[in-house]
Amino acid sequence: MSWASWDAFWAMGGYGLYVWGSYAVTAALLAAELVLVRRRNRVARDNVMRLREARAEGAL
Amino acid sequence: MSVPQSNSTTSSVSWFRYASPQAFFPLAGKLARWFGVAAVLFGVAGLYVGFFVAPTDQQQGEVYRVIFIHVPAAWMSMFIYVVMAFWAGLGLAFHTRLSGMMASALAPTGALFTFIALWTGSLWGKPTWGTWWVWDARLTSELILLFLYFGFLALQAAIDDPRRSDKACALLALVGIVNIPIIYFSVKWWNTLHQGASVSFTQAPAMAATMFAGMILMALCFWMYSIAVALTRVRAIVLERERRSDWVLDQVRQANAGVT
Repeated sequence: MSWASWDAFWAMGGYGLYVWGSYAVTAALLAAELVLVRRRNRVARDNVMRLREARAEGAL
Repeated sequence: MSVPQSNSTTSSVSWFRYASPQAFFPLAGKLARWFGVAAVLFGVAGLYVGFFVAPTDQQQGEVYRVIFIHVPAAWMSMFIYVVMAFWAGLGLAFHTRLSGMMASALAPTGALFTFIALWTGSLWGKPTWGTWWVWDARLTSELILLFLYFGFLALQAAIDDPRRSDKACALLALVGIVNIPIIYFSVKWWNTLHQGASVSFTQAPAMAATMFAGMILMALCFWMYSIAVALTRVRAIVLERERRSDWVLDQVRQANAGVT
């Protein structure tokens, strides 16, 4: 399958809204999940370090 | 303290060793990276085949190209639920700490793919059926699946003690699994507006080979993505729950340094 032009590709035979609406939302949600999961890991790691620092201070 | 590394000179890998969060944590980090790479490769291949190789559908025109995410997302929504219920049930039966964490790590991704299946189905339904939504058996049971995921997540958020919350969530996950065959067979058992199964175990696919290939590649992409993101999430859950254990500090230092 080769498209006549990029315009034809983006138009998707008149169904551009439905096709790209599906793909754009899917891509955005997957990207958002990746960002959130990485942030959750960072926060968890920071909390571990903070807990150790608090313990070390308490021990002094 | 470090985790004993697998000894290649002596015996085979002991898989049960990885049932402990301590041994699993660095392994999950390494695996997540590779599954992430696989997801990108399958995704690029799937999108290329889906948009530049697969032909225009004779009946539906170009709108059918939603299939390359709709069907894989719907498969993942059911498959992740089964895997989640499996881990939850394992945790219930054997009291293994990691099992409940795996179930928890899978739930948000399962909910996400369920939503994507519903969203893309809605955008596909409007031009082909003339409606965004219809209360037919397939769509309704898939919506119930979304609510099961939400119920799992809400129940988990409501109970502070992880062991009690794992138990309650496991029960919910196991009861809810009856919905999976209902979704799968809904198009056979009831007269639905939704079309029958795209792929059957007993018949050759009723679509062009390149369309089928694009769908399978995208399904592999979503599958690898799900594993990568669930393994990454389970690492955060391990740290959240085991933050008082001694071994955690060493692993956090390695993770901060980008080792795992």
